[in-house]
Amino acid sequence: MTDDDLVFKALADPTRRLLLDRLFERDGRTLTDLESDVEMTRFGVMKHLRLLEDAGLVVTKKSGREKLHFLNPVPIRLIHDRWIDKFTERQVTALADLKSELENQA
Amino acid sequence: MTASTETLTTTQVYRVYIKATPEAIWDAITKPEWTERYGYTGLVDYDLRPGGRYQVRATEPFKAASLAMGRQLPDIIIEGEVLEADPPHRLVTTFRMLMDPTMAAEPLTRITHEIKETADGVCSLTLTHELDGAPNLAAILRGTFESQGAGGGHAWVLSDLKTLLETGRSFAN
Repeated sequence: MTDDDLVFKALADPTRRLLLDRLFERDGRTLTDLESDVEMTRFGVMKHLRLLEDAGLVVTKKSGREKLHFLNPVPIRLIHDRWIDKFTERQVTALADLKSELENQA
Repeated sequence: MTASTETLTTTQVYRVYIKATPEAIWDAITKPEWTERYGYTGLVDYDLRPGGRYQVRATEPFKAASLAMGRQLPDIIIEGEVLEADPPHRLVTTFRMLMDPTMAAEPLTRITHEIKETADGVCSLTLTHELDGAPNLAAILRGTFESQGAGGGHAWVLSDLKTLLETGRSFAN
């Protein structure tokens, strides 16, 4: 799987998106802390966090005895910069072309 | 974005994987001929030893673009001090943004760059920015004000850096 595939797969799950939303609100959280937000076993949350980490969307750091989870927005930014910008730019160009064509006819 | 009492940490962590050598990534972070080619295009000036000075100057086009949006920039837009420099793997500096008075009045923050070789000529670059007491700078660096022309923050800069090192092109050119 490519890096982009891992990101899309990681995002294709509501629990994982919820975990990212929680980290966006409050970053650098422990598993115990994140677990309290989700109706799921500790093991289930761990599994989701591991998938997010494999996709690069979560980066963990040790702080004393605790493992803190941070939201890493870079993989989503890369997809935005490579794909979404490209498509929106094209749409805008197409609309601009349509406008000038229609106006020239008038 | 405002600082909240609920916030466990004000640290932001960014990681990007780049197909390049650690030396190439180190140079792209520490040499002005590289930094003017991506992200905010500032010209860095590092004295790479503990206690050494760290400054970023705005390029003339960047100053002109800011002026066009009604903001006159100082020559030095970022200042700090080098705390650790272990080329090409680890760079720790303090960091203060001087582009506007609100951010300039916030306390010094701290940035750590870590470059690690992973596999097949790919390195991870991890940027950790400790932003205690600097909610305005934190918001800018999260890309909160991108639609108002403030740039996309660290994620945008790192995405652009990756593109530049892997393809030779960036947003700026």
